[in-house]
Amino acid sequence: MNRKAIIIGLALLAALAAAIILAVLLGAERLPIFDLNEQQASILFDIRLPRILLGACVGASLAVAGAGLQSLLRNPLAEPYLLGVSNGAALGTMLAFVFFQSLEITRPLLAFAGAGLATVAVYRMAKSRAGMNVERLILSGVIVTTFLSSVIVMLTTLLDAAKLRSFTFWLLGDLSQATRNGVYLSLGAVIVGTIVLMSQARALNLMMVGERDAFDFGVEVGRVRMLVFGAASLVVGAAVAASGSVGYVGLIVPHLVRLSVGSDNRLVVPCSAIAGAIFVVFADTIARTAIAPRELPVGAVTALIGAPMFIYLLRRN
Amino acid sequence: MLDVRNATISYGACEVLQEISFSLEPGCVVVLLGANGAGKTTLIKALNGTLPLSSGEVTLDGKRLADISRREIAENIAVVAQENETRFPVTVLEFVLSGRFVHGNAFGWESDADIEFAKKALADCDLSGFETRLMNHLSGGERQRVVLARALATGAKILLLDEPTANLDLAHQAMMFRLVRERCSQSNYSAIVITHDLNLAAEFADEIIMLHRGRIAAAGPPEKVLTADNVQDVFGVKVLLDENPASRKLRVTAIY
Repeated sequence: MNRKAIIIGLALLAALAAAIILAVLLGAERLPIFDLNEQQASILFDIRLPRILLGACVGASLAVAGAGLQSLLRNPLAEPYLLGVSNGAALGTMLAFVFFQSLEITRPLLAFAGAGLATVAVYRMAKSRAGMNVERLILSGVIVTTFLSSVIVMLTTLLDAAKLRSFTFWLLGDLSQATRNGVYLSLGAVIVGTIVLMSQARALNLMMVGERDAFDFGVEVGRVRMLVFGAASLVVGAAVAASGSVGYVGLIVPHLVRLSVGSDNRLVVPCSAIAGAIFVVFADTIARTAIAPRELPVGAVTALIGAPMFIYLLRRN
Repeated sequence: MLDVRNATISYGACEVLQEISFSLEPGCVVVLLGANGAGKTTLIKALNGTLPLSSGEVTLDGKRLADISRREIAENIAVVAQENETRFPVTVLEFVLSGRFVHGNAFGWESDADIEFAKKALADCDLSGFETRLMNHLSGGERQRVVLARALATGAKILLLDEPTANLDLAHQAMMFRLVRERCSQSNYSAIVITHDLNLAAEFADEIIMLHRGRIAAAGPPEKVLTADNVQDVFGVKVLLDENPASRKLRVTAIY
């Protein structure tokens, strides 16, 4: 590990701490640093901090999933939203909400199942005897995403007006329903998912060049594929169940990280986790404060920031 | 030692390889020749377990390939295939170090010894000073040499090279074959090389295997295999055979 990577890692951690502190202080209700009264303490510990920490977990989850999928699929455009993985998780969450409303645990479970099934569907559609090329993968992702979006829209007809409004907001990315249990679940998922991806980082360095290369040099390709898809589905499922579909994080963050630390996944995966956390905490702070007391969906803010960044990256390379 | 006994690969009714048998001894360079579609790449893929056999077997030091783990195969057999486009910013040193995959564990970093190994492999391939350059900023020929360096960095003693000189200029074609020849002669490596260049085969091979429609048409030392009749039968081209005055090896000239 080189010195530059260590410095960047420490800088990212410092930036994350700063982003969290700033997010804590800003909001519809400005909070002082010290001497909080009872109401302010309640706002901080029951509402704002869970939301900020959930945002950090969601950002980390989507960024590591993007980093893993891009390397596994040899495709710089692979990310959970574009590949339909997020929509798969959203559909799973929605089915849990509509049919198992009282059982909260069904949301992350069905989100994980939905994410996993969408991943397998896209992969199988994209793979041909000649292999998998960029265009085929993106096309498969678009097909799965649009199909799942249609199913989600049809399911929304089963909801009453109040729930429909709330669900539509959630679909665009909403951290306002954050609970402590949601944070614990999301944190657990991102820790497990990141550790699994880190354990496959050396193999992913070879997979990034080609599956045949990886196989020739000793990688159990099938096992790596299953572990990375599984880890990506786990973290995306947990993130989407808690916060809806937040796009562009998994696409943009790994690319920006690679520009700073190179393409070694042993650095890209953990740095993407931290950078993704910073991105979503920052975006959610804007979402909460830009038109306070009303709020924007955090997914809309990540898209507003992410799309121009993506254009910049496209022009650069 | 790599042993192949009656190796056959078929897809439905189509037999791509039919009852191939030969042995690869330590210190030996075997060149595979044949027209496009003769089964040369298919055979290379079967030799490192990438493609399963329909019948027959490939053994590595007496053990069936099918019974050996992926990791153990990669510790002993390294493949030099055609270079691929890399879609991510990977440096030359990172690319070559990835060849040391089987020598590390999941969460580890390369040791100083691994890095020295990789740098030596780069130096042997005339790529000293290229360590920090990005792979997708190199020419096709430079990338092909990096691919060879990665295979050498593995430390595996059996090299399978699939048209390694395809993108190389004349000087580097000779360099590559000379390097493989030296490793085999001096360090007891063994190599199977696919090439379309009959003269390079004549210069550097201990043994030539000529494939025709999935079968071995001829096998043996260059002077026994590279005959006008064999070349006409396999390639459909008439050739003139004489002796290279500089190396005293067989020289093949196509008559167009």
